[in-house]
Amino acid sequence: MANLMEQQKAARLNSSLRHEPDGRGHFGGRYGGRFVAETLVPLILELETAYAQAKADPAFQRELDYYLKDYVGRPSPLWLARRMTEKLGGAKIYLKREELNHTGSHKLNNVMGQILLARRMGRTRIVAETGAGQHGVATATVCALFGLKCVVYMGATDVERQKPNVFRMRLLGAEVVPVTAGAGTLKDAMNEAMRDWVANVADTYMLIGTVAGPAPYPAMVRDFQSVIGTEVKAQMQEAEGRLPDVVVAAIGGGSNAMGIFHPFLDDQSVRLIGVEAAGHGLDSGKTAASIERGRPGVLHGNRTYLLQSADGQIEEAHSISAGLDYPGVGPEHAWLNDIGRAEYVGATDEEALEAFQFCTELEGIIPALESAHAVAHAMKLAPTLPTDSLMVINLSGRGDKDIFTVAEHLGVQL
Amino acid sequence: MSRIAKRFSDLAAEGRGALIPYLEAYDPDRETSLALLRAMPAAGADLIEVGIPFSDPSADGPVIQAAALRGLKAGATLAGVLGMVSAFREGDAHTPVILMGYVNPVESYGYERFCKDAVAAGVDGVVLVDLPPEEADVIEAPAKAAGLDIIRLVAPTTTPERLGYVLSHASGFVYYVSIAGITGTRTASAGDLRAAIPRVRAATSLPVAVGFGVRTPEQAAQAASIADGAVVASVLIETLAGTLDAQGHATDATLPTVLEQIGALATAVRAAGRQAA
Repeated sequence: MANLMEQQKAARLNSSLRHEPDGRGHFGGRYGGRFVAETLVPLILELETAYAQAKADPAFQRELDYYLKDYVGRPSPLWLARRMTEKLGGAKIYLKREELNHTGSHKLNNVMGQILLARRMGRTRIVAETGAGQHGVATATVCALFGLKCVVYMGATDVERQKPNVFRMRLLGAEVVPVTAGAGTLKDAMNEAMRDWVANVADTYMLIGTVAGPAPYPAMVRDFQSVIGTEVKAQMQEAEGRLPDVVVAAIGGGSNAMGIFHPFLDDQSVRLIGVEAAGHGLDSGKTAASIERGRPGVLHGNRTYLLQSADGQIEEAHSISAGLDYPGVGPEHAWLNDIGRAEYVGATDEEALEAFQFCTELEGIIPALESAHAVAHAMKLAPTLPTDSLMVINLSGRGDKDIFTVAEHLGVQL
Repeated sequence: MSRIAKRFSDLAAEGRGALIPYLEAYDPDRETSLALLRAMPAAGADLIEVGIPFSDPSADGPVIQAAALRGLKAGATLAGVLGMVSAFREGDAHTPVILMGYVNPVESYGYERFCKDAVAAGVDGVVLVDLPPEEADVIEAPAKAAGLDIIRLVAPTTTPERLGYVLSHASGFVYYVSIAGITGTRTASAGDLRAAIPRVRAATSLPVAVGFGVRTPEQAAQAASIADGAVVASVLIETLAGTLDAQGHATDATLPTVLEQIGALATAVRAAGRQAA
């Protein structure tokens, strides 16, 4: 494990922070890796080779671009949030409208890339894990599009609090398997999806929805999501003639954040802020803030920051948002935190609920509860910044799926 | 010679393979699992695998998942598991004990400290399911220094090109995962094993044990005769779970029922001897 000072020095000297993990799939010599059972190792190595070939193949990129444009609906707009900006009285706020993608979130960017890869590899059965159901819906959608069998593992608690998405997945022809182990949330769904993959290696592709898991998933999912940041860069150039000053995104596993951060990693003037779900509060013991309240460990194929006990048992995360309710975070975020290139902060359930209403009332955009965490931090930060500064919030998903949860918290019966 | 090497070489001289039963530490409580551990050699265990309970056993089926949860609920910690082995060693100096688990509790405990403490407690080898050779540098040097064997898993998906690499990181014995799947679900056929085991043998001089999906005395006998040993886990835990009361506590039937099943497995393994492979 490389020493932190050396890494910071290397990061300064290195021409770019935008790079591939090392041969072992490690970021910064420490995070990431391939911590899976032997049965799966040959499969992830095969996947790594297949992805490297696809990435180098212009025909693959052309095919992906076609689906991103005509099926996903890219590029997504960069919206100047005038009323939000006026109300907060500081930085000029733009919203990156990932909620306008087909299926209602950024998740389809990655799923589209991986499904094309799975097809290249000749796989006919897709398994996925899902928390809020956004990744599950995106996966079920492309499986319908290409006529592939789809099995989605979802924690039983999440099945309960995300009913609309469960029904949506079933309409799309997916089998949704509720997982009752543990607290019945994303962590448990991930365990069960990995068990399915181990047992069905011959025909099955595991379609991970975030920048975590064994290599090559973290870097591959990041690559597919980087379209978000690449578009923001061009759109901001067109709108303002310069780079943004601050980029804010919510973090569970961290795919929407990595997607918008990564193209800006070498632009040192751009502050990158990841907002974790603080749940009832960072020090309440009921939180999902893995970076702020966890320590490095190994789970689900990678070494990263984890919420865990002194004895190395993984703890249950807590967040009002099912998509952020995960005790870990992508390994590249762990590295960006350690070298100080990105900042990680928390927003509580209450703050996210307030931000959910704020964004809805002022901009006519109902954000997903996940994205509302990013809005919540922007509400704190924007008023402290000069009016000529530019802030981008990644509005990663739409909130229609969350209206039942929000209604319950507001004491409204639907 | 290590306890593991000695045991396999003694059994080879006897002309038979090893029975390797598994128990989950602290399942359903420390006292019961320690009593079971102590009684296993007399019931016919040649080597013993002790599971370290972990919150997220992603390579295990429902039976071992439930056992791990019962163990954690009963207060299992890695230090506690080592303490159990230490207590076992007071009465048994010869039966090899292998710990099996996931890497995070060990990483959390500290690799060097773990290797030293495990050997001091009388542990002979360790299987860390989610620590493939690619990531094993963290434990290999301290394990070697302490004299702890790192048991490697080989799976049906392990390619011929990869097999040599994996085995170059193995010590003690090789654990052949007989099915592509999780514990306690499917069973490999004798034909599958007869095809697979020689491939592994050709690449190593270490003994080879077969696990995952070995359930009946017949299957154990078959696996132990084709390879050098059979690991039996989920079916024993199912039996143990079946004896617990409604609150999940051990009953008077718990120990005798599990030990009787180990006895039946041992009788079959001993009767089968070894096939010329």
